[in-house]
Amino acid sequence: MKTLIAVLTVLSVIIAFWYAACLPMNIKGVLTEAERAGAEVTPAGAKERRDLGEFGLVLDNRFAIPATWAQDRPRLPAPHQVAQELWKTTGAMVLKGKMMSKRSLFYHGWVTLSATLLGFAIGTGLGILLAVGIVHSRVMDMSVMPWAIVSQTIPIIALAPMIIVVLYSVGVQGILPKAVISAYLSFFPVVVGMVKGLRSPDGMQLDLLRTYNASTNQGFWKLRLPASMPYLFASLKIGIAASLVGAIVGELPTGAVAGLGARLLGGSYYGQTVQIWSALFAAAILAACLVALLGLIERSVLKRMGMGA
Amino acid sequence: MNIETTTQADATNAVVEARNLDLVFPTNDGPVQALKDVNLTINKGDFVSFIGPSGCGKTTFLRVMAALEQPTGGEITVNGMTPDEARRERAYGYVFQASGLYPWRNIARNIKLPLEIMGYSKAEQEKRVNEVLELVELSGFGGKYPWQLSGGMQQRASIARALAFDADILLMDEPFGALDEIVRDHLNEQLLKLWARTNKTIGFVTHSIPEAVYLSTKIVVMSPRPGRITDVIESPLPKERPLDIRDSPEFIEIAHRVREGLRAGHSDD
Repeated sequence: MKTLIAVLTVLSVIIAFWYAACLPMNIKGVLTEAERAGAEVTPAGAKERRDLGEFGLVLDNRFAIPATWAQDRPRLPAPHQVAQELWKTTGAMVLKGKMMSKRSLFYHGWVTLSATLLGFAIGTGLGILLAVGIVHSRVMDMSVMPWAIVSQTIPIIALAPMIIVVLYSVGVQGILPKAVISAYLSFFPVVVGMVKGLRSPDGMQLDLLRTYNASTNQGFWKLRLPASMPYLFASLKIGIAASLVGAIVGELPTGAVAGLGARLLGGSYYGQTVQIWSALFAAAILAACLVALLGLIERSVLKRMGMGA
Repeated sequence: MNIETTTQADATNAVVEARNLDLVFPTNDGPVQALKDVNLTINKGDFVSFIGPSGCGKTTFLRVMAALEQPTGGEITVNGMTPDEARRERAYGYVFQASGLYPWRNIARNIKLPLEIMGYSKAEQEKRVNEVLELVELSGFGGKYPWQLSGGMQQRASIARALAFDADILLMDEPFGALDEIVRDHLNEQLLKLWARTNKTIGFVTHSIPEAVYLSTKIVVMSPRPGRITDVIESPLPKERPLDIRDSPEFIEIAHRVREGLRAGHSDD
């Protein structure tokens, strides 16, 4: 109960701040529209107002305050506008039986999600394989790890168009290029986490296996792999969020017509800020659901392994 | 491996024979002599304690026996073989200071770990787990996870794990070092019973004088820098030892001799 109150308090502070921020962000646009509609605005004339402080304008024109939360194309849409747009493009579509129509965020979300999941699967698989190699071979540790680190220093936004162009030139298109970008972002946390996890058994544990004359293989399956599970799940949670970012970024340079990235891009072309914000929130909600799902899987796996005390 | 030593070992019933054993660790501060000129014979069925201050090489010697460290000089045989050959033959069970139980396996499956690795059949695994659980008085705890057990019980489970595959030699590196005195007394008593029932050869590292005297048939007193043996005491105590034997004059006398040995080792550093 106490935590609930605390959580709600933080949430309401954020929302209050957001509404307040809408005033100075939108006031100039609102006043221009109001003046055009024949209202008395101080000072008159958009040119006079251009260099004035936003806060002063709000105070001088209090009648315009409600309008800053109800513009068609505000600089900063108010929370309820974003919420309405979200509902219009999700729940309302479902009620009308058009869940997978081109205007529905479920449709765009699914396009992005499918690339995310494919990329996440590729990235996770690759990451685990690389980690196993790195842990067992000194040569791989020294030759692969630096490249893995370097790969993450290149801004993905710079690399994504090239990946798409290169793959397109060899005839690969559709979901796969997006998945590749998504995998590119998600393999790294898995490599780092799994290397740490596979190396987590201490000297005593390894000595013990030595006294049993256990093979490297047995050591891997019976000790290293189970010991790495908590590390793996921590990495997967980071990895899946990175995958989603990768899939969205992969949609931007292609001018894709479907996907959350396409919604962001379309919104910015046409100044549809409400659409941009609702796509952003859809992405955030999707990421939160994916991470929460992994958390549930983690809990049940570790519990079945006897580690979820 | 020379044949002469092998025959000699068989003739004298020796399980472990160390001759002029040296071990030097290279460290950043220069070489450290962990063992110097160590000579020791451990016979079958002996309970040998190694006692001494930290850095005296008692753990190192145990690890050399188990082929976890390589000596840099001298020679050592275990069952007439090199330690590494003995390790491949799975000649010993090793118990560490921490129980090292896998948190993702329950006690029964922890004990099965060496059995799985060594390829015992499922039925045989089951049978042996029950046997050793009974030996360490943990019957009925096979389904529990390590975190559900007290420290003393966890250590008993790790001893059961070391016993499960019938190694003749049990090497124990301060197995009760992290436990409180009351639990330790109890486990010492149990260990003696277990030793009497199984007739294993036990190497036991400790830095508690009463523990060493109470348990051992042979007490090896060691001193540091360089790690070496300063005294080997054959205990005249009977094999049957109730806890109150520790108040007997013989016990106190041996304990005194151990203390003297430890002090002598300290005076020259």
